[in-house]
Amino acid sequence: MGYVAVRGGAAAIEDAETFSLVRRAGGVSQLLAPEQIREQLHLAVDRVMGEGSLYAPDLAALAFKQAAGDTFEAAFILRSYRTTLPRLGYSEPIATDGMRVIRRISAAFKDIPGGQILGPTPDYTLRLLDFDLQNESETRTRQQIRRLLQPIERMQPMPESFPKVIAMLRAEGLLVGGRTRAAQPELTDITRQAIVFPASRSAQLQTLARGETGGMLALAYSNMRGYGSVHPVIGELRVGFLPVPFKNPHTGSVERIGEIQVTEAEVIARLAETEGPVRFSLGYGLCFGHNETKAIAMAVLDRAMSGTEPAAPSEDPEFVLTHVDGIESMGFCNHYKLPHYVTFQSELDRLRRIQAGLNRTKDTPS
Amino acid sequence: MTQPGPLRAGTPPADWRSSLPPADGRYSYAFLDEGAKREIRRRMLKAVAIPGCQVPFGSREMPIARGWGTGGLQLTLALIGPEDMLKVIDQGADDSVNAVNIKKFVTRVTGVAVTTDTRAATLIQTRHRIPEEPLRPHQVLIFQVPIPEPLRLVEPSERETRRMHAEADYSRMWLYLYEDIVKFNEITVGARYPVMVNRRHLMDPSPIPRWDVAKLNQAEALCLFCAGREKRIYAVPPHTDVQPLSFEDFVFRVEAFGGRRCGRCGSTGTYLDEVIDDATGGRTYSCSDTAFCEKARRHHLAPGNHPPEEGAA
Repeated sequence: MGYVAVRGGAAAIEDAETFSLVRRAGGVSQLLAPEQIREQLHLAVDRVMGEGSLYAPDLAALAFKQAAGDTFEAAFILRSYRTTLPRLGYSEPIATDGMRVIRRISAAFKDIPGGQILGPTPDYTLRLLDFDLQNESETRTRQQIRRLLQPIERMQPMPESFPKVIAMLRAEGLLVGGRTRAAQPELTDITRQAIVFPASRSAQLQTLARGETGGMLALAYSNMRGYGSVHPVIGELRVGFLPVPFKNPHTGSVERIGEIQVTEAEVIARLAETEGPVRFSLGYGLCFGHNETKAIAMAVLDRAMSGTEPAAPSEDPEFVLTHVDGIESMGFCNHYKLPHYVTFQSELDRLRRIQAGLNRTKDTPS
Repeated sequence: MTQPGPLRAGTPPADWRSSLPPADGRYSYAFLDEGAKREIRRRMLKAVAIPGCQVPFGSREMPIARGWGTGGLQLTLALIGPEDMLKVIDQGADDSVNAVNIKKFVTRVTGVAVTTDTRAATLIQTRHRIPEEPLRPHQVLIFQVPIPEPLRLVEPSERETRRMHAEADYSRMWLYLYEDIVKFNEITVGARYPVMVNRRHLMDPSPIPRWDVAKLNQAEALCLFCAGREKRIYAVPPHTDVQPLSFEDFVFRVEAFGGRRCGRCGSTGTYLDEVIDDATGGRTYSCSDTAFCEKARRHHLAPGNHPPEEGAA
């Protein structure tokens, strides 16, 4: 009879939870502390915060632990926690040229004012399994870090802010004009209003910013590969920290209420479909934490959706925006595990009836 | 839910916190923050005012997954109060795993009483069925909806389907049904049969079997529908016309069970589950509405609402 008709579903659910606990923590190794996850699995934590749409490293680490490393599930747990929090207000707009940068590169120019800053990246590391990590010696790792950091500390401190590569292109008239807030004074909040089409750009960017990395990558990749027309050049990719300014509702003064880490990608694409002189166009991506794949994919999709005549799925805003959310797609995919026997009975009835009708026609040709 | 109106405004009584288990003090009553509940109630009022019209809303993420009843759950949580009596069914069964899970969650964040008795419930959240016992005016039936757009079958774009609804342009849906008849000499739509509400809006009645469609027409109870993932609320107020799409010479038909009766309670005229017997490979049949079946067995009740006979509209 299986899992449907049997009485005692509640007991079965509790047992299922117990089995999951055994799978996560029933081994011989030490139990993970959320702090370890937050520090040592920081890229997973960043991904969970981004897709979970809540900047909360401690809670994201906890969700990741609870979900036993499933990023979909962890982001889902974080999102449903987010539901319980009231919307207190909106921060002031944040200018990203004031970012405290830990990494900043441009693929469009060999050198850029302020310099290319590689920062932490595995981009040029050979992906060889490092067997030394199997029994990592804490003292040796700490020593290694000290040795690495010593020369950096003797270097000149980094400047407070870097000029934007995009701004330089724009000053030369090579890039389409910036989209100002005046052009779109009404900011959509997709967590409070269902998205409607045509979607405002603020709704587009919000949806992408909390989209699922893998899903966005697949759509952006389809465009880069040929099902689309964006030929992206990374104008600038930044990873760093931004202050969050918030207007005090009582005094009216703007205060800094915290800091968030973000990844920002500005993608230049050839040929803007605008009237007047031919210029480069821009795609913009920004997400919580350090997640370069997602930021670049987002920028490519933002650019891809800016045309008026979608020629590929990745260029159709409705197609992209209704399918990139991981919490929604994963939930719906898994809901097919729920019993569907009533609807299936209804389908069976149709099929049997059609078959019976066909047999009747065969027996008595008219 | 007290008598005069099911959409009761105002905050729940001050003593609701005492009904919460202490460990859940970090969550507000009925999980959603009050702002979210107010917004959802307003959207429900709009949906009631325009029967069958899909009203977008800022659907919140719930602790159960998208596609598992987050829409229905948000309506339940936005409506529920301490005096309510909740019933949750899935495929007609009160004890199906997902129904049990939803009940467990709502009880945990509200402390309300649950029941399996259709008559005793004030709020009934359902997936894929309408109870066999007729509903009464003080009751609210809340449907979990996977795909709220009946036109999705013929048109993938939301922008386009909204235009079609605005212009009441349902020709492609009629054409789809007509082509079905040409190809199969039968309409192949099983569950989720498109219905016309208040002679204006084409509506997806959620994946209820065709058997249940007639129960929506001129119903006594308020029927609310919500798709959490697709972020749409719609409603059929009491005493509203709900008609399945049907041709004069090719009428709408409900599922046929060939005169079979429930193997447990003996009822005829209920929607039956077909169960394959492990040992013999033969089929047994029993009521999909488990609470009705229980009651019928106890009181030897005859089913109260006969669905339309096979072949009748």
